[in-house]
Amino acid sequence: MLPKTNTIYLLLALVCGFVVTSAVRGAEGGDIPDVQTIVTKANIVAYYQGDDGKANVKMTITDKRGQQRNREFIILRKDVADGGDQKYFVYFQRPSDVRRMTYMVHKHAAIDKDDDRWLYMPAIDRVNRIAAGDKRTSFVGSDFLYEDVSGRSLDEDTHELTSTTDTQFIVKNTPKKPDTVEFSYFTVAIDRKKYVPVKMEFFDKEGKLYRTIESQKVETIQEFPTVTKSVVQDLKTGSKTEMEFTEVQYNINIGDVFEERYLRRPPREAMR
Amino acid sequence: MMVSQRVVAAVLMLTAAFGPVVAAQDAESKEDPIQSFFDKLDTEYHGFYEVRSGYRLQNDRNEKDMSIMEARYQFDLFSMRDWGDIKVKGDVYGDGVEEKGVFDLREANLFARPTDSMDVKVGRQVLTWGTGDMIFINDLFPKDWQSFFIGRDVEYLKAPSDAAKVSLFMDWANLDIAYTPEFDSDRFISGERISYWHPNQQMAAGEDNTLSIERRREFFEEDETALRLYKNVNNYELAVYGYWGYWKSPAGFNQAGTDAIFPELYVYGASARGNVGKGIGNAEIGYYDSVDDRCGDDPLINNSELRYLIGYTQEIGRDFTAGLQYYVEQMLDYRDYENNQPTGMPKRDEFRHLTTLRLTKLLMNQNLRLSLFTYYSPSDEDVYLRPIANYKASDNLSVEVGSNIFFGDEPYTFFGQFEDNTNAYLAVRYSF
Repeated sequence: MLPKTNTIYLLLALVCGFVVTSAVRGAEGGDIPDVQTIVTKANIVAYYQGDDGKANVKMTITDKRGQQRNREFIILRKDVADGGDQKYFVYFQRPSDVRRMTYMVHKHAAIDKDDDRWLYMPAIDRVNRIAAGDKRTSFVGSDFLYEDVSGRSLDEDTHELTSTTDTQFIVKNTPKKPDTVEFSYFTVAIDRKKYVPVKMEFFDKEGKLYRTIESQKVETIQEFPTVTKSVVQDLKTGSKTEMEFTEVQYNINIGDVFEERYLRRPPREAMR
Repeated sequence: MMVSQRVVAAVLMLTAAFGPVVAAQDAESKEDPIQSFFDKLDTEYHGFYEVRSGYRLQNDRNEKDMSIMEARYQFDLFSMRDWGDIKVKGDVYGDGVEEKGVFDLREANLFARPTDSMDVKVGRQVLTWGTGDMIFINDLFPKDWQSFFIGRDVEYLKAPSDAAKVSLFMDWANLDIAYTPEFDSDRFISGERISYWHPNQQMAAGEDNTLSIERRREFFEEDETALRLYKNVNNYELAVYGYWGYWKSPAGFNQAGTDAIFPELYVYGASARGNVGKGIGNAEIGYYDSVDDRCGDDPLINNSELRYLIGYTQEIGRDFTAGLQYYVEQMLDYRDYENNQPTGMPKRDEFRHLTTLRLTKLLMNQNLRLSLFTYYSPSDEDVYLRPIANYKASDNLSVEVGSNIFFGDEPYTFFGQFEDNTNAYLAVRYSF
């Protein structure tokens, strides 16, 4: 399941992923910013909240026959620079065959620079370097793709504000390089006040809806609105994955632990 | 005696075979008394039950047809204390090939971070460093080649060390020191389970003609020290290594020529690893200083060597990665070796070239993993293939089929000698 995990991105989702600050209060009343401002603001707010964060993540993957698989892990995230590079640490707890494996990512914001990734396997005490991978592959065998949890670079798509309701902006995103992805476009409903992405809908090459991601629970944690439960549904395979975040904390002053020393033996705060 | 061993083996097999059922029921009820016992001790309890069965695919006149037949239970205890961590992991298994019950303590160690710049781990532990993928130059910690070749899980390729490892973290570099007070050899091929080319009898041999060994057992006298000094520069991982100990597998014979020995060995090396293009590149080098035969003219003891490795891994498709390595062993003082080798004995080449290819493909929501690891030596003209298919039927239950396939032109080359050991196996594992 995880030998090549790009888990790093997961962190994003978890800790910073769907967080929005109160500082961002765009559209109120009739003021409708242009679409570039909306997506830029939402992206920056979503991925770089606080200086660092931590959360426990539980994933439940349910296939069309109802069979369930679970993933549990702890994520640490630290920003190197706001809007720039980030570092992640994932400590797996379940299932038992990957228990105590750790995964570390140095994420590079520059679009032409691949992230650096490592996976540590405690049973053989081996630190593996993971080659850069296709970001539209399943994250740890779930219905979430790496890119769902990491966020997709804004430069990959053109953005269009297709409608504005009392509470939401609806943005349509069309890939600039359609042959590199399996969708023709996707829409995102963004909360007008909090800039939380509420729902994403993906349409296939025939224009048919085949995949949705919904934020089912949003809590305010340390003043940061945080998505604590999100669900992805694959309408083609009939499979769905729930991802729940608990014990979310921000600005916990994580030290410089994103190195081999802590990959081999995670910091205490990453282990419980 | 043999009867009682069989009974022990049978009981162990039954225990392991039915264990998963019992454990599954316990997991359902969440009232597992063992689990709650360890919970009270603030200790994590995990492990697995496994049954693994395999056969040779051809007749080997020196070994049984059965290559592996075991029922295994592994427990893994871990506890975090204020001062540090305690880890104990062990395997109990009934071995149907050797008809015995075995307890193999894999880990029993204490870990602590006494200062901000120091980690210490003391006790039985598995140690690994270096950049090679199933090729080891500067990793001189013990390997279990027998487990590897008979088809045990790859976890068992690494044998544990009884050692103290101290790691120092400084601004300019980090230093690991691993001290093993009593030499831990590889669990090398000696004929018990895998037939081999007997080096001084010059013939294929097996369980009835195992390699006779002169062990090193002097505590604090016959010890090993391994160092790694390393630094990450822009995510290029650079390291230099040193090792002062002994050849890990037999690398010579005593003067009488009767027993294989572990001559003294010092190793100095370096490695680098980092992003290259779309993938990961690695390079490693090691100088093997065979202290007891520095001139290379003693036919009983291995010459010094230089070992080189380069490798590259890249994702070549969705959930599909490929890794290539090229490795060379260069015997030093080759002329002296040639001149002193008894006539009629097959001579090693000065250069042994070895390539490896790893292909890994994940399917069915990453629950099915197909992998192939290939060793091919153009100089020895031999091949070792390791195809494995592993399917996770659930979070707890996995099924694995695999094979260890050897062939070669000559009966004495590194992999060619194992040709008759070519085997296939099936394993079912329940993890908890």
